[in-house]
Amino acid sequence: MALLKVTDMSMVFGGLRAVSNFNIDINPGELVGLIGPNGAGKTTAFNVLTGVYEPTEGQVDFDGKSLLGLKPYQITQRGIARTFQNIRLFADLTVLDNVKIAYHFHVKYGLLETVFRVGRYFPEEKEIEEKAIKFLDVFQLGHRKDEIAKNLPYGEQRRLEIARALAAQPKLLLLDEPAAGMNPQETQQLMAMIRWIRKEFNLTILLIEHDMSLVMGVCERIYVLDYGVIIAQGTPQEIKNNPRVIEAYLGEEVH
Amino acid sequence: MEIQSLPQQFIQQMINGVSLGSIYALIALGYTMVYGIIRLINFAHGDIYMLGAYIGFFCTTFLHMSFFPALIVAMVGAAIAGVIIERAAYRPLRHAPKIAVLITAFGVSLFLEYTGMFLVTPQPRTFPAVFPSVLYNIGGVMINSQQIIILAVSLVLMVILTYIVQRTMIGKAMRAVSFDTDAARLMGINVDRVISFTFAIGSGLAAAAGVMVGVYYNSIDPLMGIMPGLKAFVAAVLGGIGIIPGAMLGGIIMGIVEALVSGFLSSTFRDAAAFIILIIILLFKPSGLLGKNVREKV
Amino acid sequence: MNNIRKKDLYLFGAALGLYVVVQGLIMLEVIPPYYELNIIKVCIYVILSSSLNLINGITGQFSIGHAGFMAVGAYVGAVCTVKFGLPFIAAIIAGALGAGLLGFLIGLPTLRLSGDYLAIATLGLGEIIRITILNIPYVGGASGFMGIPRYNNFTWAFFVMLFTLFFIKNFVNSTHGRACISVRENEIAAEAMGVNTTKYKVLAFTLGAAFAGVAGALFAHTFYIAHPASFTFMQSFDILTMVVLGGLGSITGSIAGALILTGASAYLASFPEIRMIIYSLILILLMLYRPQGLFGNKEFSLKIFGRFGGGRRGTTQSN
Repeated sequence: MALLKVTDMSMVFGGLRAVSNFNIDINPGELVGLIGPNGAGKTTAFNVLTGVYEPTEGQVDFDGKSLLGLKPYQITQRGIARTFQNIRLFADLTVLDNVKIAYHFHVKYGLLETVFRVGRYFPEEKEIEEKAIKFLDVFQLGHRKDEIAKNLPYGEQRRLEIARALAAQPKLLLLDEPAAGMNPQETQQLMAMIRWIRKEFNLTILLIEHDMSLVMGVCERIYVLDYGVIIAQGTPQEIKNNPRVIEAYLGEEVH
Repeated sequence: MEIQSLPQQFIQQMINGVSLGSIYALIALGYTMVYGIIRLINFAHGDIYMLGAYIGFFCTTFLHMSFFPALIVAMVGAAIAGVIIERAAYRPLRHAPKIAVLITAFGVSLFLEYTGMFLVTPQPRTFPAVFPSVLYNIGGVMINSQQIIILAVSLVLMVILTYIVQRTMIGKAMRAVSFDTDAARLMGINVDRVISFTFAIGSGLAAAAGVMVGVYYNSIDPLMGIMPGLKAFVAAVLGGIGIIPGAMLGGIIMGIVEALVSGFLSSTFRDAAAFIILIIILLFKPSGLLGKNVREKV
Repeated sequence: MNNIRKKDLYLFGAALGLYVVVQGLIMLEVIPPYYELNIIKVCIYVILSSSLNLINGITGQFSIGHAGFMAVGAYVGAVCTVKFGLPFIAAIIAGALGAGLLGFLIGLPTLRLSGDYLAIATLGLGEIIRITILNIPYVGGASGFMGIPRYNNFTWAFFVMLFTLFFIKNFVNSTHGRACISVRENEIAAEAMGVNTTKYKVLAFTLGAAFAGVAGALFAHTFYIAHPASFTFMQSFDILTMVVLGGLGSITGSIAGALILTGASAYLASFPEIRMIIYSLILILLMLYRPQGLFGNKEFSLKIFGRFGGGRRGTTQSN
């Protein structure tokens, strides 16, 4: 059964049809790409999937249940996490605090235990701290845990954003242009990390990307979006040779 | 005076309301222009209105000027004061957190009010009779000649303002800066000068309102700017903060509502009416009657 | 016993020590009644500024109508003691509940707004509360609520303040506090991380309002009379200034801000005519030269002496 199933989804803003007749299926464990020229509607689609927008038409089903009408935080709690095109870290907080937030919705202690510091407060706080530090170590950011997030180099900020999203223990991870602003070497490292996290965390991944080397190198299946409509889908090989895709990217090299 | 019938009372309050509303509109314009250009709620603006009233008082009482010269002097004086305040208190904080500027504005407001009280005492002052008050009775409805002057002067000023904003280079610059400050700067616009100019115009309009209120209601005091300032601010939000026609529309509506509430309900709730309008508009259409909803890009 | 508990106990012990010293001085009449009144005022304003800080500084919501909640607490508390003969503690709790409930009802619809719009709405709501009270004859209307027994004293004020500070401090240093901070830092990211941002905005607002109500109840039982004129937006701005002066997001800062501004106000009372002029100039100069406030969003910690220029900004483990 598909983990994520979007059926006939459309997103209309006033007079603008940002996305129409959007149909995708993603099976557990897949690594799928969503590509298309600028303004094609990719981030809009992400925003619908994560509940930022409510679609004008259509169905979005995750793990068999509908996501329509849910608020973003509820969708995250159901098991979908995302990163953002323009990195949205908690810039003035430490790296460790950034990750700790991800454990928030799993915490059980309430207001009373918080104020009087009784009951589950100390054990759960300790658990959060330990888990967060261990998590950062796994992403090789452990040595940075007390740094202010905005002071990190760009590549590490991206890594932190992905680490933070994963700390929320999602089943599906949405990556919005993770390679934005990276040079070819950093992109290679990113590709390795994406393959690794998929295996390590038993993830399903859907990513938006412009960088063709990453898309072709890492995705098993690709959907191509143009002016809000899916014009092609298939394996990287099929997409590379698809004339409609080439036409949409007129002038851009597709390797 | 004979008892007015209900429709007559209604029209009477509408007239009072439009007259009051023009005052609110003039003050609201200053709020909306400054917010539009630097996203600042200038809490000291109501006190500029007070300053204008006092300059007018000074000119007419001690310099024996007539109405229009006093009006001009008051507008110019307040404009200068507005520019000075902007340079001294707001410009240094242009990149500081918004809340710091808000508090500074509050500090400026307090400074103007209490310096005023220190210099001219809290005693209300009365304007000399610079404009004869003639009551016209039109079909049982009373219109005061001063109300006509208020309406006329306000209209003229608003037309001039609209002309400046729509048809002159500086007006275009103002619109550019309020739309995208950095882009305007890159286009070679002297953003600082445009901001100063905006403060000058806004302050001038508020001063005109102050002088006319002094003439019509015949009493001014150093704290006169607080309530009208707040209400004019609500008017600006009502019309759509940052939108010039919005301030005019909002001001007129506020004036009419206040007159109707005061005339038909009770005058103690008059002030509450303004804030209730504020809450209603913020709950249902925060961008104001003429405003557009702008979403944050995710 | 773990480290954090130990630190808490030390803090409490130090506070207790401070209490004993000051209370002793009061009882020995080394501190005259006028100063005692000002010390009580400081305690009340610490409660007000730290509760406002919870809303504005920790959760990043722009609320400038705090005096309205203070008024609700004052009047509800006064009604309890004067009209129903209840003990002081009941008045305080009732004040907290009343203000908190109002904060909840107000917060739910208005916290959809953001930034300047929220500020304007809270300002308006504060005024509406005040004008409504002005028009209720049962509580004295425009003449004020008179004959309120003077139940408050330094002991009450100090320990209620201490409770407030511990409450807020512990709240901030928990996952719930972190959730509020994340809302402040980047609301969209917080939502994407599974934080119910609406819930936490309303929670912070309600708690802040409730404590403002507590302060109001204390206030009413200090001055024998509660009058709407004490709860104008000027009062809201004064509280806001204390928070900003101390540093948005810093609880130590709120304490400092309340102390400094109340002290300055008391000192300037000897210069009645130019008092407000000087006060307003101080405000303007402070904002021009230190807009981030005394403590920024750091807390006071002895570490600062060890590592000058260091200290961790925005940390949530400062205890």
